[in-house]
Amino acid sequence: MRWSKLYRLLQGALVPCLVLGLWQWLGASGLVNPLILPSPLAVAKKWFEYLSPLEPFDPTKSGYLAWLVSGELLRDASASLHRVVSGFLIGAGLALPLGLFMGASDNVYKLFNPLIQVLRPIPPIAFIPLAILWFGLGNPPAVFLITIGAFFPVLMNTIAGVRHVDAIYIRAAESLGANRRTLFLRVMLPASSPYILAGARIGMGTAFIVVIVAEMIAVNSGLGYRILEAREFFWSDKIIAGMFTIGLLGLAIDSGMSRLNSWLLKWHRGIEHR
Amino acid sequence: MNTAESCIQIRDVSQIFRGGGQKEVVALTGINLDIRRGEFVCLLGPSGCGKSTLLNAIAGFMPPTTGRITVDGQTVTAPGPDRGMVFQEYALFPWMTVERNVAFGLEIQKMSKNQIRDKVDALLAKLQLTDFHERYPKDLSGGMRQRVAIARVLALDAPILLMDEPFGALDALTRRSLQDELLRIWAELKKTIVFVTHSIEESVHLADRVIVMTYRPGTIKREVLITLPRERDPGSAEFNRYTKELAQLVMEEQYRHQQDEIRTSAAK
Repeated sequence: MRWSKLYRLLQGALVPCLVLGLWQWLGASGLVNPLILPSPLAVAKKWFEYLSPLEPFDPTKSGYLAWLVSGELLRDASASLHRVVSGFLIGAGLALPLGLFMGASDNVYKLFNPLIQVLRPIPPIAFIPLAILWFGLGNPPAVFLITIGAFFPVLMNTIAGVRHVDAIYIRAAESLGANRRTLFLRVMLPASSPYILAGARIGMGTAFIVVIVAEMIAVNSGLGYRILEAREFFWSDKIIAGMFTIGLLGLAIDSGMSRLNSWLLKWHRGIEHR
Repeated sequence: MNTAESCIQIRDVSQIFRGGGQKEVVALTGINLDIRRGEFVCLLGPSGCGKSTLLNAIAGFMPPTTGRITVDGQTVTAPGPDRGMVFQEYALFPWMTVERNVAFGLEIQKMSKNQIRDKVDALLAKLQLTDFHERYPKDLSGGMRQRVAIARVLALDAPILLMDEPFGALDALTRRSLQDELLRIWAELKKTIVFVTHSIEESVHLADRVIVMTYRPGTIKREVLITLPRERDPGSAEFNRYTKELAQLVMEEQYRHQQDEIRTSAAK
């Protein structure tokens, strides 16, 4: 039992360690210019610098905890996270009611579907020029782009979810005296929630891709901005440290969404063995 | 029959389905039936005889193409809590716990929280589900799910229970115990029950009256009164006489069903 666990750990660590070793060797061998590809140790060092506070601790200026999180990395990460969450909430908040109505009513579906089918294939990135034209620079265009990125996955899945609600639940609810409102809120919405939450997870993923791009263009804070800024100064170690942070934050967001899903869907048969 | 005591009246009911472009299917035709208050009626027949269609029409899910169904003098136009429906697939809401499922209809009626809790507790005790308040349907066996579904319709005090092959998916032993439990509930609460089944033994065990239906178009082939006293003994000679009589009637229809299937598969 113990050994098999250790074995699996080693198995998982093998390829990353090999890649790191090869990378470190490349750096040390002098074959590659460290400006082009800094060694992993240099990147790790930069990452900790990026993480640590810029100024030494001064109790007259701020509390210890505030000082501890005053590093550039944490401020960038929280700026990006803040944009992702606001854009996602707006996008999902618009997509959910529209999706519920489109899924439940054939007429609403026919009214909106053509427009949605035309807009949906346009990548959110293609909205950048228009976003800047409309909203200028700063947070608004970034949030607008993220909203678009989160909107369509949530919308499409909500429509599919409502359409897949088993008719027998509706019959059962009707024969128990449910009116349309109860039917909608207490039967159709929860019955389609596995689809909706899957859509939310995809939407969150898209939102996270879009935030990095939007930050490269429209704002001067956040992880996307920081790696572009680092390029201007040829700080390739900081670029890679920033990318690594983006990966970590993305992983944290996705596993957070996944946990939220499992908790909300604890009644659901499909995930009972997770 | 004295119509004053008749609870469900079915007059000249037919149900015709038109599938997209295909020829129409006459699921029911010329159905006339009176069901007394407190009566236990089984609709018996092979698949495709329209027994579930008739039950759905009484439930109000699908108004009949022609004819009229009245319950206590009121024409049925929509489903309602006076006719509690129990499905073969249980149709419990999987996102609600056992307790919330049973409380669902009561919450719609805006009953107070305390009253709901008392009623739900009592019903779950009656159906031997006391320890399962907080469980989700996915964690229950088929038999327990169907107990919850029965508790859910009993909660509304519906005078009529409409049951669509409720025990069809259960193993033989669970089925027997639920049949007996249903009979106890029926006797105690004086419900009117319309029960769809394709099991001959089940119909003889449960019903006051068995309505045998014909295969397409669905009509009433024969009504058989089961006059055996309860508790009925499936091993007794009288019980067997009934099953034999019903088996003969049903198998004629089953044979027609089979011939039809062979014909339509051959035509493809």
